[in-house]
Amino acid sequence: MRIPRSVSAFFGAAVLTLAAVMAIGAPWLAPQDPIRQDIGNRLQPPSRSHLLGTDSLGRDLLSRLICGSRPTLGLVALVATLMLPIGLAIGIVAGFFGGWIERWLMGLTNVVMAFPQLVLALAFVGLIGPGLINAALALVLTGWPAYARLARAETLVLRRTDYIAAAEMQGITGWRLLWGHVLPSCVPSARIRLALDMAGVILAAAALGFLGLGIRPPTPEWGMMIAEGSRVVFDQWWVAAFPGTAIFLVSLACNALADGLRDLGDPRHE
Amino acid sequence: MSWNAVRVLIRGIPMLIATLITLTLVTFTLSSLSPIDPALQLIGDHASTSTYVQVRHELGLDASWPRRLGRYLAAVVQGDLGVSRSTGQPVRDDLARVFPATVELATLALIMGGIGGIGLALLSARYPRGFIDGLARIISLAGNSIPVFWLGLIALFVFYARLHWVGGTGRLSDAFEYTVEMRSGFVLFDAWRSPMRGALGDAAAHLILPVLILTSYALGNITRLTRAALLGEAEKEYVMLARAKGAGRTRVLLRHMAPNVRGVTLTVLALTYANLLEGAVLIETVFARPGIGRYLTTALFGADMPAILGATLLIGACFVIINGLTDLAVRLSDPRIQ
Repeated sequence: MRIPRSVSAFFGAAVLTLAAVMAIGAPWLAPQDPIRQDIGNRLQPPSRSHLLGTDSLGRDLLSRLICGSRPTLGLVALVATLMLPIGLAIGIVAGFFGGWIERWLMGLTNVVMAFPQLVLALAFVGLIGPGLINAALALVLTGWPAYARLARAETLVLRRTDYIAAAEMQGITGWRLLWGHVLPSCVPSARIRLALDMAGVILAAAALGFLGLGIRPPTPEWGMMIAEGSRVVFDQWWVAAFPGTAIFLVSLACNALADGLRDLGDPRHE
Repeated sequence: MSWNAVRVLIRGIPMLIATLITLTLVTFTLSSLSPIDPALQLIGDHASTSTYVQVRHELGLDASWPRRLGRYLAAVVQGDLGVSRSTGQPVRDDLARVFPATVELATLALIMGGIGGIGLALLSARYPRGFIDGLARIISLAGNSIPVFWLGLIALFVFYARLHWVGGTGRLSDAFEYTVEMRSGFVLFDAWRSPMRGALGDAAAHLILPVLILTSYALGNITRLTRAALLGEAEKEYVMLARAKGAGRTRVLLRHMAPNVRGVTLTVLALTYANLLEGAVLIETVFARPGIGRYLTTALFGADMPAILGATLLIGACFVIINGLTDLAVRLSDPRIQ
């Protein structure tokens, strides 16, 4: 096996896999209905019947935690699948064609790169309307420039290599060349960056939820659960503590994965 | 100033202005796409159609979009950001009142994070793979993974509710909140100037926790990137030459390597400062401290469009200007880049 060579990559991948399994299997894994209220048993500390306790409406926190992974991880997946292709396409086109196309595209990239991501996402969701899709769009619109820069740098180097010249001489040109020969070389570095960015996306998604701009209640979501817990944090700390720990663990896993991938890709690493 | 410096400025400043204009375009687009109708907000649901049409005309909402954009740009350039719906004051005055508190928070966190982060990075580069190096790696990993608003909440629970070491939410205790005159908006300065005894201590007790939380966030980035830059320098030949000539490890690190990574450090500090202004938005909400973050989140819930746009533009402009100026400063100070 190749992965255990890097402990942090292994840890990151393992935690993320577990989280993904939890999100996919949430309806079957949750011991109780995450939105069923039981006012008589509100704000119970962790116990046998409620392993993580209950919130201010008597809902089972473990079930809410398990089901709450869905919106968070769904948002992360959505952002990743939109942001990466946009950034890579812009970077590769800019790097390969050069000239005024490159000047304009990289100008735009640098402009967007200088924008404050979280605040623009707040304004976007606040003005256009709260919700998961809008939050994802806001993060994608401000997040792609890093990939465009990476892809352009890689493409500039590639354009001068012999194997691209060989491919062109065989008659492979245009989109087929970019898709089949340039793109694959840009993916490894973009992958590391993506793992790093996903940690930030999870935190941003949680922040939006915390401010009440994410998914609508009563559907559980980790950031919103912290906000609900913040009202009772001085007396019933567990309501806010567990969802925060979940966010921290998943975000840590992304960072560890990025670290590990970087070490594995770096030939100087023994 | 050399010709090179002039050239850097001539190239850099139009880029900065272009970025600022694009930012304004973004906020304008957001306001046009928004389902919030300022005219309807002003007159309510029950007004007649003719009143509605008239108000729309008075607000300039019926003009074509290029004309509206022109008006918007002209107003922003003059500092006219409209009137806030919730406070009834011009957004510009509101922002001038709340922004110092955010700057105070972010600046203190940057100073502490900068000193701590650069110190940790130097120590971990001096003793690679040692205890400090491991600690630095853990701090930077954790700093980038913990949701700051949650950390703030837990810290409030532990250090305020349980241990009573620090002040609670807000910027002052109730006894001082209405007696200390907020003239400058910087709470430490205003409390120090105030004749009230104990005001300064109270302000500091309320400030320390949010500053420490933001510091932990700043520390991670500053340590990680400065350390990486220093380790990158360690493999270069000039380091080996200096060591061969008999310079000690500490001397090589401080006198030879550290000056060479100042561009990276400067950039990291500036980026972190910009991010701290953003992070303050969340921390102010958790700690109920008046500042631009709390102003923005309050505006978001009141669908207060002028306030949302104004706060976004201010934070965005700070972000863009800090980024742009750092880029210029690095280019000007580092002869290798020219």
